[in-house]
Amino acid sequence: MARVLLFGRLADQAGWRDRRIEADDLAGLRAALAAADPELGEALAGPGVQVAVDKVLVRGEAVLTAGAEVAFLPPMSGG
Amino acid sequence: MSVSLTDRPFEPGALVTAFCAGREETGAVATFVGLARAEKGRATVLELEAYPGFTEAAIGEIVDAAMRRFGLQDVVIVHRVGRIAPGEAIVFVATAAGHRREAFEACDFLMDYLKSRAPFWKKEHGPGGVRWIEPTDRDRTDATRWDQE
Repeated sequence: MARVLLFGRLADQAGWRDRRIEADDLAGLRAALAAADPELGEALAGPGVQVAVDKVLVRGEAVLTAGAEVAFLPPMSGG
Repeated sequence: MSVSLTDRPFEPGALVTAFCAGREETGAVATFVGLARAEKGRATVLELEAYPGFTEAAIGEIVDAAMRRFGLQDVVIVHRVGRIAPGEAIVFVATAAGHRREAFEACDFLMDYLKSRAPFWKKEHGPGGVRWIEPTDRDRTDATRWDQE
């Protein structure tokens, strides 16, 4: 069971920001999210959206251990 | 060195005083304070979201890089999260160095990073509704200035 966190506009779009989802890897998680909400699935794959697993940025594929925390991060803007 | 996030208003002057205290080998302290703009009434509240733990760690890494690159003695960054009213401080950056050039440049470098690459998400609330603010092209090119040097 992965813990999925959405930030910024992604959380507003989905209508949630913290949810537990069954998945063994990132591709499986993306597929599960897209099946439940196709527009969200598209947004998560959109330009500038980064992914962190257990608070470390990952590019491409990643295996998810039980209890992994997966965060989807839209383009960032501080200050 | 310290990086902190706070959901409460802070007083920049008190932070400068504390940062300058007890420094006998620091010739220069440069500071930057970013304030929330009202955008001529378009923005009534600015809402800033961070990823606790991840955001501080990411800023900490760039502070380490700035310390090495500019030979700094110390850095303090305080960043607001949550709901911020126009006129309130959003971000405070202070750098301490032996001489002014390093202190100024490091402050500039750190702000360019914070504006375009630090893990924050910014939403503007106003009479016209809400909108998410993403980095401008100018923010991005400001940050790339430092990549080429």
